[in-house]
Amino acid sequence: MRYLPLTDTDRAAMLEKIGAASVDDLFVDVPEVARLDGPIAGLPMHASEMAVERHMKALAAKNLVAGDVPFFLGAGAYRHHVPASVDTIIQRGEFLTAYTPYQPEIAQGTLQMLFEFQTQVARLYGCAVANASLYDGSTACWEAVAMATRVTRRKRAVLSGALHPHYAQVVKTMAHFTGDEIADAQPAIQPEPDLEGLIARIDEDTACVVVQYPDILGRISDLTPVAEAAHAKGALLVVVNTEPVALGAIRSPGEMGADIVVGEGQSLGVGLQFGGPYLGLFAVRDPKHVRQMPGRLCGETVDAEGKRGFVLTLSTREQHIRREKATSNICTNSGLCALAFSVHMTLLGERGLRELAAENHRLACRAADRLAQVPGVEVLNNAFFNEFTLMLGGKPARQIVRDLAERGVLGGVSLGRLYPGVAALEHALLVAVTETTTEEDIDVLARELEASIKESA
Amino acid sequence: MNAPNTSGWKPEMTPADGMHNGPATTTGNRALMLEEPLLFEIGRADVTGVDLPAVDADAPTRLGGLARDEAIGLVGLTEPETVRHYTRLSRQNYGIDLGFFPLGSCTMKHNPRLNEKIARLPGFADIHPLAPQNAVQGALEVIHQLGEWLCKLTGMPAVAMSPKAGAHGELCGILAIRAAHEARGDAREVVLVPESAHGTNPATAAFANYRVEDIPATPEGRVDVAALKARLGPDVAAVMITNPNTCGLFEKDFREIADAVHAAGGYVYCDGANFNAIVGKVRPGDLGVDAMHINLHKTFSTPHGGGGPGSGPVVLSEALAPFAPLPFVRKDDGGTFYLVEEEDREERGPSFGRMTAFHGQMGMFTRALTYMLSHGADGLKQVAEDAVLNANYILRSMEDILHAPFAASGPCMHEALFGDKDFTEGLTTLDVAKGLIDEGYHPMTVYFPLVVHGAMLVEPTETESKAAIDQFITALRAVVERALAGDEGLKQAPYYAPRRRLDETAAARKPKLTFEA
Repeated sequence: MRYLPLTDTDRAAMLEKIGAASVDDLFVDVPEVARLDGPIAGLPMHASEMAVERHMKALAAKNLVAGDVPFFLGAGAYRHHVPASVDTIIQRGEFLTAYTPYQPEIAQGTLQMLFEFQTQVARLYGCAVANASLYDGSTACWEAVAMATRVTRRKRAVLSGALHPHYAQVVKTMAHFTGDEIADAQPAIQPEPDLEGLIARIDEDTACVVVQYPDILGRISDLTPVAEAAHAKGALLVVVNTEPVALGAIRSPGEMGADIVVGEGQSLGVGLQFGGPYLGLFAVRDPKHVRQMPGRLCGETVDAEGKRGFVLTLSTREQHIRREKATSNICTNSGLCALAFSVHMTLLGERGLRELAAENHRLACRAADRLAQVPGVEVLNNAFFNEFTLMLGGKPARQIVRDLAERGVLGGVSLGRLYPGVAALEHALLVAVTETTTEEDIDVLARELEASIKESA
Repeated sequence: MNAPNTSGWKPEMTPADGMHNGPATTTGNRALMLEEPLLFEIGRADVTGVDLPAVDADAPTRLGGLARDEAIGLVGLTEPETVRHYTRLSRQNYGIDLGFFPLGSCTMKHNPRLNEKIARLPGFADIHPLAPQNAVQGALEVIHQLGEWLCKLTGMPAVAMSPKAGAHGELCGILAIRAAHEARGDAREVVLVPESAHGTNPATAAFANYRVEDIPATPEGRVDVAALKARLGPDVAAVMITNPNTCGLFEKDFREIADAVHAAGGYVYCDGANFNAIVGKVRPGDLGVDAMHINLHKTFSTPHGGGGPGSGPVVLSEALAPFAPLPFVRKDDGGTFYLVEEEDREERGPSFGRMTAFHGQMGMFTRALTYMLSHGADGLKQVAEDAVLNANYILRSMEDILHAPFAASGPCMHEALFGDKDFTEGLTTLDVAKGLIDEGYHPMTVYFPLVVHGAMLVEPTETESKAAIDQFITALRAVVERALAGDEGLKQAPYYAPRRRLDETAAARKPKLTFEA
């Protein structure tokens, strides 16, 4: 029992101090019928570090590691190179084993880091204020809709058809219970997103319009007209970004008039981790909306000697003070992932992020050109950052993806998996390319894709 | 180490004005106590710590005319500067690795490093959530195995793995309850929550569009069963009860409450924040629970990380299991693991929907499973016993000088609750907390639960030695004695932390939330 410091002698001495004959006497308030008399059946007994490691390694070995094969998956989770120092820093015990900074005098490390993180996110998004993070991009997306309903006192949200379908599912699930009305749509398979169609769906009851940028098909377009149309009807524009690296190359959502910008921060520092933990980013363009924001906020102040310091602030919005009147029930942030993001962003800086974005885009352009040469394959997008949609000439993408995996290539995400049952999307494959992709990987994908398509004939 | 001070130094050896008030330094540093500027004061736009190809301004792009022309406003540091910046920041933090962290209700136990190592195996860390399922069988098996452990430990038939934290788990449970009522056309509107509950409970119920009503506590610190029963009726959808409760006591009438709630057509939500007190000793399923979240970052030792990420799987009864959120992992007859998602219309049944984009906190699942395998069924039982033993030892070592409102109610569970009743007028629980900081401790939880005036909730956990606890008791007694004696100096504490008391009112009055030059 390597994690339990008490010895039997200690236990006996402590029981004597307490005045109890045995430790079971401390559980007298548990009804007798519910008391277990031994270890729970059907579970193994304790095991050595070595034995546990063996067990877990065997499970890990059953997975196909992204870094071991040509890898092209994205759709809300991207594989980027994370500098070695990021993981070293987040494993420092003072960060790893700290709690929420409720005692600010001995939590300035976490607090100053969060203040810097908030500044990085706000600037990246072109916003005034960002919070200290939420669970992930999808839950941040719902929080944005909920906030828009509070700000506008309206109950209808219009979702772009090209919003990540899992994000849309989260929003619809929550709205079902809160009584908000969600107008969603399927993405139209066309080179440009249908912004006019989206604008036509905004009305006087609309609290917000939710648009993904770049969208689920990898397309990018100027959202200024959507912002103007939304504002003309008194609605807010919520922009969702699932690839923060993109904002090193393209205009920020705030610049285009977004009122709330949310996203997934996983790309920087966090890694793939089979979907979690990830990092929900949340920012507002207009500081007047700060008091309607969900989640923790870190603010600057001074201590009793006049030294600059940081505290969690505006907590009167939060559940531990406001209880049922809180802006959200959230009781945490994604602190360590925010630290990883912030360290990675610090290592990159303005220059590094722009170079990283340029390299992603360069390789994505290369891949799009190469894959377009595969017979029967077309690139759908006019514009993209590091992810684009391939049309497979009538071949079912899910089957192709599974077949590619058998061939040792993780070739992309089939839209058929993301939009089950939608015939128009069954033949589309979403391909993501990052700085970790090599020219050789691209050639292997092109070759294997061609073979797979031929064989599925 | 948390052991008696063996340096040879004694308190009376320090001059009255305190040794820390030595000569001023030019830098503002005090030896190992190092000040650190903000990133935006030391970084530069043209500096980077990552080697990448320079941007080729003439390269063709397909950005649709949206290329960024304005500066983002970020700054960078090289690797050595980055490592030093964050290392210096880290030293202004208190963590479990540094010392005793008795934060009640938060279960700040040791975070085993094997967990960290396992979570970083490429087979877990470097796999994509949407990889084809034939490529991630090991990941699905981890989720499945962890789910089985949670079901067996709680005596519950089903578990929803995707909730991202405790409060997200609460939401999952309450949404399952709402969906179950809706499925039978029963539009109940009220959720009953004891006044001692965590703030997340009423916030969660309100989020799900329920009206929240308080249930009072008895003088002995438990739910007032008579009041609760009197309030049950056809409009009550559920009760949310924390067990062991936030006063550190086991709700001995839980089964009776559950039976009454069920008889009235409601469901029982158990807040599992305090599961560490009973893991391996009591199965909530035997007490009539319908839904309970489990904070993997409390009971199962995944790191708190300075405020997340957590993980909050929810165990569910037969009645609620069909409504569990997507996706979930199943195993077919051939031993292959598969995901049930939106498209699997038959298998998904009446699931209430989706709570997050992917499968939950995989990085926490691998850590928690590693921890469970390390302890085994026998070790987890010992965890609960030692956690409860340590808390009772503190309760009985303090009750003679510190008001312990429920000490007469019997043994506490894994946390000991105290109040400020006997402090000299003008001295508060906050002062005691700040005094403990000077003694080298992270304070206990203060001003929670709300049912005790000036509450101090001490949760030692099982990963402290007797020597560490004895030293803490000595320190806490000394600070409490100062509060009883009216030592005004305590009002200025902490003296020795990286910062003195911070002005939270000023921070909120004119919020400054980002850096401006």
